[in-house]
Amino acid sequence: MQQKRASLWNLFSVFFRIGAFTFGGGLAMLPLIEREVVEVQGWVEQEEILDIVALSQSVPGAIAVNSAIFIGLRLRGLAGALAALLGVMTPSVVIILIIAHFFTQFQSNPYVMRAFSGVKAAVIGLVAAAAWRVGRQVVTSPYALAASLVALVLSVFDLLPIVWIIILGGISGIIYFSRREGGVAK
Amino acid sequence: MIFWQLFASFFKIGLFTIGGGYAMLALIQQEIVRLGWMTPQEFVDVVGIAEVTPGPIAINSATFVGFRTGGIPGALLASFAVVLPSLLCVSVVSRMWNRYKEARLVQFMFAGIRPVAAGLVAAAAVLIALATFRYVQGFPGKLWTGLIAAGCFYGVGVKKWNPIKVLMIAAVLGLLLFR
Repeated sequence: MQQKRASLWNLFSVFFRIGAFTFGGGLAMLPLIEREVVEVQGWVEQEEILDIVALSQSVPGAIAVNSAIFIGLRLRGLAGALAALLGVMTPSVVIILIIAHFFTQFQSNPYVMRAFSGVKAAVIGLVAAAAWRVGRQVVTSPYALAASLVALVLSVFDLLPIVWIIILGGISGIIYFSRREGGVAK
Repeated sequence: MIFWQLFASFFKIGLFTIGGGYAMLALIQQEIVRLGWMTPQEFVDVVGIAEVTPGPIAINSATFVGFRTGGIPGALLASFAVVLPSLLCVSVVSRMWNRYKEARLVQFMFAGIRPVAAGLVAAAAVLIALATFRYVQGFPGKLWTGLIAAGCFYGVGVKKWNPIKVLMIAAVLGLLLFR
């Protein structure tokens, strides 16, 4: 596999863009990460993105932060991880520092709130788009369909913490695929 | 002293936030209120701000609380403390992943995890949609929300438009359509 070489500045600026447009939780930025990291930069293979997202959800911390560190580490080691991490954090830190000064004016500004209503609506569409694109790629067998539906239900009804859903998915993958490969059962 | 407390508290918050997002709000509130850095009411305001600004809510609240208690050095220290556990844990996991990802059992494990991850993304879409529709008041608002969401889904999911441009267009539409 030939990955394009990433400069530290490149990592910083790509994740700066991702950090600046991550609203409403980490998964809304999945289409953006996919576009920047897979399509534009060619740093990561399409299917690896989902592994990175799953790993990012299984370790402590925000998804955007964890995937920035993962990708930075893969491309340029610790220096790359720090560059990507600084990139994804900077917009958030700078904007909050500004807002902390103008706290009350900002919050009661009707124009800000209206524009944000539009952004909130868009976030629904962005996360749904991520689910659609990832699902089309991954759900290719009856097993995969069943696994994703079970995960969907467990998560929507808050029946299990997300980490446990992912761990169970891994365990059932090991059981299902080793049995199939071993010819023990179809 | 205040700096050490800021560091310790936000390191702990970063360490115990698994699965991202809103799961850890309770923990942040508990820490902040316990140490007397903010009243519960102020904390609700911080969550509101975190929602309308970009970036993970953990970093947003770390920066805000750090600034309130220790100025700009406090803000930078708390923001660094909250991501430090990520840096440590991801380094370890990433090293293990690189070493073992070719192993057969690990491949089976990820073949099991991928559809689950896809299902979790779909679940996030459902949960965010439910929360947003509950928050939007009145019929026209709900209608516009649905239309903007559907348009973004089509644009980004099917037509592969740039998500940044789509977010900007949605903000302008929100400004024009919502009351």
